[in-house]
Amino acid sequence: MSDIKVSINNLYKIFGSDAASMVDLVKEGMSKSDLLEKHGHVLGLDNVNIDVRKQQIQVIMGLSGSGKSTLIRHINRLIEPTSGSIIVDGDDILSMSLAELRDFRRSKASMVFQKFGLLPHRKVIDNVAYGLSIQGINKEEALARSNKWIKSVGLTGFENHYPSQLSGGMQQRVGLARALATDADILLMDEAFSALDPLIRSDMQDVLLSLQEQLHKTIIFITHDLDEALKLGDDIAILRDGAVIQSGTAEKIILHPADDYVTDFIKDINKARVLKVSSVMAKDEKIKGPEISDNVIIEDALQTVSQSGSNGAIIVKNGKKIGTVSLTDMIMAIARSTENTDSDTVYR
Amino acid sequence: MSLLTEFPKMGRTDLRDFKKAIDESFRDFTRNYGEAIENFFDPLLYFLVWLEKLFLNTPWPIIMAVIALLVYFGSRSIKLTIGAIIAFLLIGYLDMWEDTMATLAIISVATIVCISVGIPIGILMARSNRTQTVVTPILDIMQTIPSFVYLIPVVMLLGIGKVPGLLAVCIYAIPPIVRLTNLGIRLVDKDVMEASEAFGASYKQKLLDVQIPLALPNIFAGVNQTIMMALSMVVIASMIGVKGLGVPVLRAISNQYLALGVMNGLAIVVLAILFDRVSQSFGKRLQAHRESGHNV
Repeated sequence: MSDIKVSINNLYKIFGSDAASMVDLVKEGMSKSDLLEKHGHVLGLDNVNIDVRKQQIQVIMGLSGSGKSTLIRHINRLIEPTSGSIIVDGDDILSMSLAELRDFRRSKASMVFQKFGLLPHRKVIDNVAYGLSIQGINKEEALARSNKWIKSVGLTGFENHYPSQLSGGMQQRVGLARALATDADILLMDEAFSALDPLIRSDMQDVLLSLQEQLHKTIIFITHDLDEALKLGDDIAILRDGAVIQSGTAEKIILHPADDYVTDFIKDINKARVLKVSSVMAKDEKIKGPEISDNVIIEDALQTVSQSGSNGAIIVKNGKKIGTVSLTDMIMAIARSTENTDSDTVYR
Repeated sequence: MSLLTEFPKMGRTDLRDFKKAIDESFRDFTRNYGEAIENFFDPLLYFLVWLEKLFLNTPWPIIMAVIALLVYFGSRSIKLTIGAIIAFLLIGYLDMWEDTMATLAIISVATIVCISVGIPIGILMARSNRTQTVVTPILDIMQTIPSFVYLIPVVMLLGIGKVPGLLAVCIYAIPPIVRLTNLGIRLVDKDVMEASEAFGASYKQKLLDVQIPLALPNIFAGVNQTIMMALSMVVIASMIGVKGLGVPVLRAISNQYLALGVMNGLAIVVLAILFDRVSQSFGKRLQAHRESGHNV
């Protein structure tokens, strides 16, 4: 398909001295714990298949140790896979020579790091220009282009500060500007906002979303925070023990969790803020109420409906009525399900 | 039984022949290559002689002014500058000016040699673990082996004079700069290195833009240590014909001249303290970005 930007196919990563010969064992179904116990090798990624759509935000989420940071480092080959392929715009990253790979990193995929990874001895402006200076772009042009990005992440006035003089949130703005400055189509974000406190994190998420509205990059975003995943992700893939256990849109994951692990994962989130009215749409002629668009989230719909005092709402798409939604259905959809919430269940 | 009471050792004649064989092969080596090696070091000798003459022939007020300026620009401290001027006036007044200049010359040359050889070796060590495994024990030997032991082959090869003295000083003084360059580069934040890698930096770009600038405080500590160790070799170097403050100290030891020994010894101390303070505060100023708040 042409709207797939990055395609990860059958990717395996095994850590250990004789990883290559362990791949077959894993393919035959050996589990992570067996591999560690019997052969002393650690299974990092287990048959990962993800297709990242062009100009979308693909979130990869999982708890620590699930292999998400390992996975994102395969896309620019900071880590070499044991087996599998990664196709970006039709080119296999894994067959690239060192020079081709360097070129790919310089111009096609840039990265934002959890711990920022800024150069402490360079000023903000020179940090933002770092990717450009590596490409050999002359200083004057690099600084001019960097200035533009400093402005767009809201750091004007801090050009001549050193990173250590900035707060965490501002440092990550520098990291973001540095990654954007190379004009790469692909943005790899490794827990980019995890080190920030909640308010600043939410701030940065908004910065990213508003930049994305203008830039339309293909973003691969790693996080362990489900709320962040739901807020940012066009598509979400959930990773556990190195394997993708479910992928799809936020709504799909919430309405149809693939297994108990995912169910347990999503039980505490605010569904009203994620689910759209279209997910509980019905065709009930008895329902009268205000007209709302099909992509309105239930939280907003509930407010509209209760203010109008009706028993539901009419759903419209492009001005045409396509169905109805009842107040009861909306409340039922967002109520916490009581089944399968055995809190003693331990997942590893 | 005798095996338990007496250590099994090489036969006396065998041992003598063994040592003799080593001595002779080295002597052959000296005969064949001695001159070539001496020629190889000639430029160094010329440089050292030129520098020594420059220091000695320049009128002392000019030297004083230059020293004061260097101290001031290195340390940005008026107190230290005045201290340096007083120390050098005292040295001159107590008739140690010429020896001090000679010592300054050899220390400067030794430091330049150590930096230009030591830093590249340190970089290579940081680049590969195998190089590190090979070089580390060599550095251990250089630092711990009694200086007299390596003076023997050096003197056999090059005779007595300035160059063998310089070599002896360098052998002793180079390990810290090599070690600290290696350490400094290895201690560079892994996250910063990864970021540099992720933006497609080549090895050279990583080295010049990230590793060396961030390792600079450690490299500078290495330079400082190298200077200190070079100064401590001055007396031993004087035994094989290097002029300087070591010569009177040596004379004082053999003749039990207390005052002569103490005076020249203290002059060495003064040089050491000056070098140390100036290079340290210079190194600190290179790290302007570390001054404030959150360190990354």
